[in-house]
Amino acid sequence: MPVIVVEVMPKAELLDPQGKAVAGALGRLGKDRFAGVRVGKRFELTVEGPVDDAALADAREVAETLLANGVIEDVVRVAEDVA
Amino acid sequence: MTRIGVITFPGSLDDGDARRAIRLAGAEPVRLWHGDHDLDGVDAVVLPGGFSYGDYLRCGAIAAHSPIMREVVDAAARGVPVLGICNGFQMLTEAHLLPGGLVRNDHGAFVCRDQRLAVESAGTAWTSGFEQGEQIVVPLKNGEGAYLADADTVTRLEDEGRVVFRYLETDPNGSVHGIAGVANEAGNVVGLMPHPEHAVEPGFGPDTPAAMRSGVDGLRIFRSALEGVLAA
Repeated sequence: MPVIVVEVMPKAELLDPQGKAVAGALGRLGKDRFAGVRVGKRFELTVEGPVDDAALADAREVAETLLANGVIEDVVRVAEDVA
Repeated sequence: MTRIGVITFPGSLDDGDARRAIRLAGAEPVRLWHGDHDLDGVDAVVLPGGFSYGDYLRCGAIAAHSPIMREVVDAAARGVPVLGICNGFQMLTEAHLLPGGLVRNDHGAFVCRDQRLAVESAGTAWTSGFEQGEQIVVPLKNGEGAYLADADTVTRLEDEGRVVFRYLETDPNGSVHGIAGVANEAGNVVGLMPHPEHAVEPGFGPDTPAAMRSGVDGLRIFRSALEGVLAA
């Protein structure tokens, strides 16, 4: 069945303690080329039927109302997974 | 007798303590269930602390879409006092009954301590029994308790006196302006991260200069709602 991918990131202006902790671990591994890390979420919505405009609109709606909280997060991508 | 409901969600932890606090405050605690569409005619509602749905997705996010939350939103609009403690506060923000949101503590660690707070507004249903600016000590325990909101919202909350509780001595989780609790515009809906229900009975509360574990400052939050209902 086709899949719609929704990606959510913490808002850019917010401190991301999880990303900070991962960045610290990278530093300890000597991977100094990576100046920062931010950690977000990826949702995979399995779709019954075709991924048409209606399905994408539905996915955008659940992304904004349930999957992400607009106060602290941004929905950065809603798209069919074409992998 | 005034009846105050406590909603139990899958993963609620402090619903029993909230009911006990209500009983010690002199009201009748009423068990409510997240899956029902029924508030059983209660005079006030408490959303308790805990880890509803294992904090999956975001703290309080899935609980905010529970069947009973539709009734809570309706009741809040009618002016029924609603208190969200910790996870309950997170639910109220996720349900858009309160502005802002709660994210992981800035230092990344879970914090558990007896916390001094200033009661910044005595104008809400849950703080009417306090003096403005009064200091209280209640336990605080959270991993995702950093309150934040955009700058405009914070300014509005401050200007309208809707910052109800503020952390004193230390900001334990990185909350903006040290905000520990806020209210809606009408003042009937209040959410806070600290746990007043754990400071209601001598022997089980925070230490005070008078005696160990004798702090009962939390009791007056429940009494405020009770007295408000009786006066209405």
